[in-house]
Amino acid sequence: MRGPGRSNASALALVFGCASAAWGLGAVLPPYFETVLLFIGVNALLAVSLHLVNGVAGQFSLGHAGFMALGAYTAAWLSTGPLKGLFEGGNADLGLTMTLAAAALVAGAAGWLVGLPSLRLKGDYLAIVTLGFGEIIRVGLLNSERLGGARGFIGIPAAGGPAWVFGLLAVACIGCVRVCASGAGRALLAVREDEIAAEALGVDATQAKVGAFVASAAGAGVAGALFAHQQGFLHPSSFSFMKSVEIVVMVVLGGMGSLSGALLAAALLTALPEALRPLKEWTGVDLRMVLYSLALVLLMLFRPQGLMGRKEFWQGATFRRWFSRNEGQKA
Amino acid sequence: MASRSFLRLAPLVCAAVPFLYGCGPKADDSVIRIGEFGALSGDTATFGETTHEGVQMAVEEINAAGGIHGRKIQLITEDDQGRPDQATLVVEKLITHDRVHALVGEVASSNSLAAAPIAQRYSVPMISPSSTNPKVTQQGDYIFRVCFIDPFQGKVAAKFAYGSLKARTAAVLRDQKSDYSLGLADVFKKEFQDQGGKVVLDKAYSSGDVDFKAQLTAIREAEVDLIYVPGYYGEVGLIAKQARSIGLKQPLMGGDGWESEELYKIGGAALEGCYFSNHCAPDSTEPQVRGFVARYQVRWNHEPGALAMLGYDAIKTLADALGRSKDLKGASIRDALAQTKDFAGVTGNISIDADRNAVKSAVILRIQGGRAVYQETVRP
Amino acid sequence: MSTFLQHLVDGVSLGSIYALIALGYTLVYGILKLINFAHGDLFMLSAYAGLGACAAFGFADAGLALGGFASWAAFSAVLAASMVAAAGAGWLVERLAYRPLRRQPRLNLLITAVGVSLLLENGAQAVFGANPRRFPDLVADTAAFSVGGVTVGTLDLAVFGTAIVLLGVLEFWVHHTRMGRSMRAVSHSHETAALLGINVDSVVSWTFAVGSALAAAAAVLYEAKYPKVEPLMGVLPGIKAFVAAVLGGIGNLRGAVVGALLLGLAETFVAAYGASSWRDALAFGLLILILLFKPSGLLGRNVREKV
Repeated sequence: MRGPGRSNASALALVFGCASAAWGLGAVLPPYFETVLLFIGVNALLAVSLHLVNGVAGQFSLGHAGFMALGAYTAAWLSTGPLKGLFEGGNADLGLTMTLAAAALVAGAAGWLVGLPSLRLKGDYLAIVTLGFGEIIRVGLLNSERLGGARGFIGIPAAGGPAWVFGLLAVACIGCVRVCASGAGRALLAVREDEIAAEALGVDATQAKVGAFVASAAGAGVAGALFAHQQGFLHPSSFSFMKSVEIVVMVVLGGMGSLSGALLAAALLTALPEALRPLKEWTGVDLRMVLYSLALVLLMLFRPQGLMGRKEFWQGATFRRWFSRNEGQKA
Repeated sequence: MASRSFLRLAPLVCAAVPFLYGCGPKADDSVIRIGEFGALSGDTATFGETTHEGVQMAVEEINAAGGIHGRKIQLITEDDQGRPDQATLVVEKLITHDRVHALVGEVASSNSLAAAPIAQRYSVPMISPSSTNPKVTQQGDYIFRVCFIDPFQGKVAAKFAYGSLKARTAAVLRDQKSDYSLGLADVFKKEFQDQGGKVVLDKAYSSGDVDFKAQLTAIREAEVDLIYVPGYYGEVGLIAKQARSIGLKQPLMGGDGWESEELYKIGGAALEGCYFSNHCAPDSTEPQVRGFVARYQVRWNHEPGALAMLGYDAIKTLADALGRSKDLKGASIRDALAQTKDFAGVTGNISIDADRNAVKSAVILRIQGGRAVYQETVRP
Repeated sequence: MSTFLQHLVDGVSLGSIYALIALGYTLVYGILKLINFAHGDLFMLSAYAGLGACAAFGFADAGLALGGFASWAAFSAVLAASMVAAAGAGWLVERLAYRPLRRQPRLNLLITAVGVSLLLENGAQAVFGANPRRFPDLVADTAAFSVGGVTVGTLDLAVFGTAIVLLGVLEFWVHHTRMGRSMRAVSHSHETAALLGINVDSVVSWTFAVGSALAAAAAVLYEAKYPKVEPLMGVLPGIKAFVAAVLGGIGNLRGAVVGALLLGLAETFVAAYGASSWRDALAFGLLILILLFKPSGLLGRNVREKV
């Protein structure tokens, strides 16, 4: 058993299954919970896309929110401008497909522009440069009158929903799994482990890293577009350094190198602050942010490998027993 | 191994949370539920906290007096961290999970703009205590506000600057991170120029900045009659100090964002002779205001600022409407709110107009002897 | 022309404050190769410590009751108290959050630093409240002298002077004392230094303490010029000081000061002549340019990675 979605049939089944399950869940849950579910989906997509860069390629990017912002504003601008007719005319799904594609393109292009010069840098420096780009994007948006600036961008048509979000999430996950299993993915893993050795073996490290960066940025752009259509309103403050940090925390909490960890952590970190809201009534002060940061520090001190380290849940013995056709015997 | 069993249990725990959370309070009408949302953490927490103090005090007073038609108010407060994406989430929770009858919020126009479509969709009346962007109430007929809007306040300032202060040239120093400041600055610029004045220089800073020497030195070169600084007290105090220290003698002028006792602490003597537009004069001799200030001082141990007063009025106006409303349905409360006429709030006489904005006079205050004193009233 | 010179003076003054914070960043980076994200927040805590010192010594009333020599004495007392408090806080942070992770990948340490930073910010908000407070005036911000339309304030001189003096003291300490030698050894290689009998833990602790004390000096001087204290006040100065340190070559003491002065000047000129709304982005723009074209900074040396 080498991971879900390895065959085309199982991939399609998985995507369809996720989309339907999410749709069903969304229909059943009360509105507030459905919104939380949608946020989980969007954050999971962000975590998975960042996982490609942080976990698989081993590069530290702190500007993910910038790509999300680019995707979000692209979708917003298109759906209230050139593509307005599609959304108002009842063709929201077609409109959404187009805005998502555009968002992926714009964000991916930005990823290429940012990645190409930056990925020559290592570790801390790369982190800072990506942070810098993220902030520059945010300040640019704040200064942009046409995109609303500090007033925000209102009136984005509603589109998407649980089926879209989780269907796309499934696509992203499958894509990630397939990439990891391919030659390009192995090149990335080699670069993560030891860049110089990888280069010595003929791997074009920069190309591999930039490729991962572009794909990751595109993923973030799609997440941003979904976010825009769900919220109906955009403001640059939603895409600050804090947002990038939140996504990094998800990847780290899940375990850098584990896709399922990233998913699990995204769900946990989106749902937990909501679940902790009643806490404020007991303590009088809103301690959620304090607990959040404390948890991050404690996590790094006591379990830095995160929840799942580098393993995936489909590598676990239980999963193998349930789903494997080959290893019929107990593992 | 501990981690394996934890991992197996984790999804189950996550799935159980919604059920533990419960289905929220029952939708009974024996208690009036008002949802308040604002920034109680994050970088705009001062605004949310101040407003909350006013809101809380109003609710306590109403309940102590027996409630509205015998029903007590249950105030449910949620923190949106000053972020629009959190504002939408929180408002949805308040409406669908906590089943509030009405909403009070938000301070920042961007958060109100994010939340308004949701309140409108669910037909829950929403009153903003201090969002001044005109677009907020345009989101739907369930959205109201108890403050004046930017166009009005900016016009008031321009009229006063041109008419009373006889200023003919002005410089504008705006907070580019604040929707409120941008709105006021734009309106002032237009109105001042419409009257024949000239805005010679338009500079910007960001909330959180502490050094404004560069912008102020440029303004000094321009030799204007007046400097319009429609920002928040946190920066204005420092701006005034630095302006004086580099030799700028012109008066500064601003909006209700100046209103706070912190302003005088930080700005000190540099603020003498400056003006700002506000909802009412703190040295107002009206018993309403004096009584409120005294009670507030007792409750919270410091003097109220404009936001607290607006928060208080938002609740009181809502309570007044609830008193006149025939039942607790959204539509009835909405209609009662729309009919609010001459309600005596602590921030002035409140009447809701056809656009669901508050029709109120503004006052111009002058800073003298470390306090704001009444200068003149401007009617709408 | 005099305006231009005035901007020059203002830029240097602003840069000097960044310099004091940048020195702390660069010290810690030199020794641990760690970007201490929490440094800006230690700066913030020092400001609150200064507030506490003022209250404890009885200088709490805003306004200058003292004059002349007495006010400088008061200022120095508060400065000393803040520096001691900050040194303690810095030592604590290192001991609790960074030391246990010393053997681990740098990424983990970086993430922990982000976590500590957030913890300090939110903790301060929870404990002190979000409302800004006013730092008491201890020294009057008067003009020291005026030359042809350019005013130089006493505080401007004080800040610039302190930065230069502390730089000199640090340089002396690092190059001419035993502890300094130990620090340089540790910054080259922890293992080798340990083999040579240097107590690496102690050296690291001292470095953190000193770096934090520098942040405290910056904080008290900053408060003298901009008397506002609030929980998030360390975020922007922290980022800018970091940019300054990288600009000058991170790990290099003189570079930190040079970078900081340059950044202060650049910011002032952009705000005056260009679009003041892009001021924040400027710091990052500069940072990116430097990192892309000369990652070792202006005064740093290019260290080739040998395999």
